[in-house]
Amino acid sequence: MVQFSLPKNSKVTAGRRFPAPEGATRVKAFQIYRWNPDDAQNPRVDSYEIDLDKCGPMVLDALIKIKNEIDSSLTFRRSCREGICGSCAMNIDGTNTLACLKPISDIRGAVRINPLPHMAVVKDLVPDLTQVYAQLRSIEPWLKSETAPPPDGERRQSPTERAKLDGMWECILCFCCTTSCPSYWWNGDRYLGPAVLLAAYRWIADSRDEATGERLDALEDPFKLYRCHTIMNCTQTCPKGLNPAKAIGTIKQLMVERQG
Amino acid sequence: MSGKTETPRVAVMRSYLGRARGLGAAGTGVEHWWAQRVGTVALLPLTAWFVFTVLHLAPMDRAAALNFLHAPWNATLLVAFILVTFHHMQLGLQVVIEDYLQAGTRTMAMLVMRGTIGLVGLACLLAALRLAI
Repeated sequence: MVQFSLPKNSKVTAGRRFPAPEGATRVKAFQIYRWNPDDAQNPRVDSYEIDLDKCGPMVLDALIKIKNEIDSSLTFRRSCREGICGSCAMNIDGTNTLACLKPISDIRGAVRINPLPHMAVVKDLVPDLTQVYAQLRSIEPWLKSETAPPPDGERRQSPTERAKLDGMWECILCFCCTTSCPSYWWNGDRYLGPAVLLAAYRWIADSRDEATGERLDALEDPFKLYRCHTIMNCTQTCPKGLNPAKAIGTIKQLMVERQG
Repeated sequence: MSGKTETPRVAVMRSYLGRARGLGAAGTGVEHWWAQRVGTVALLPLTAWFVFTVLHLAPMDRAAALNFLHAPWNATLLVAFILVTFHHMQLGLQVVIEDYLQAGTRTMAMLVMRGTIGLVGLACLLAALRLAI
């Protein structure tokens, strides 16, 4: 359901400013969304000024520097710092991406950082992803096969069959795409969103999986699948360069194909 | 306080998986999606023909215009244009309503929308038939 304005207690206010240290030459401001569930205050935007000569090249480097040296209360998720764990997904300079893959030099002016859009916030830059994880679980993202694997080895797949999974297995479930999708914003309780539909198609396209029809049945729904209107925000924002919109389009084609 | 225990303010305790599965897949949507695409393609030539017809008929007097619409081919195209347009309009507005309205208001909005489009579409069809027959 569309909401055109934020509820009163979600209105973002101006926050504190932490000026750059004396003698800093290459100063960059980071305007970061802050919200603490424990202090009953509205969210605010704190501004941290950093000397880029004493900071790594990526936005995540700056966030870690701020947490280590300026404000230890700043809260965010991070782990691998090389774009493979998906933890540091956030909205940077208006686009959802991974802080560890986003060079600071790409951004003109102050770096605005917000949590992933339209998700409940746990604290600061940490969104509550419980719903998307449950939606991922609901499409049963594991191999379903009645044919037993050969007793002496693994289930085999031709190189052509394997190639069909390229562009899907690389998804790291950062949910940059899902949280960039207006359809997911309005109907996220029922629409599965691009990340989960990409995962669904990953199993539909897998030659070893024998539950293709069952999987399509589970998606054939005006809300679970057909809320996608090919807006393409998902593909545009994906920090791994994947194309969830194409996967969703292929699912829709398969739905028609099996009709006759 | 009267010493009563405060009731926890949690309204939904259903598991997230239960919520994600919801009422299950409706098993529909594919016809709607396909009809929208077919309608779009059909309307390309039909709309071009309709615009041409309007421009063509505008300078004519009534008798000449009626003569044009009496031709079976023109009458068929006019009726096809009206049917496809209103069907397509209904499919499109259904998407808008599903996108932007909540479950409670959705059903009512859908009924009003379909009723209105149905009546206006029928009126157009009737007018076209009166001209064509």
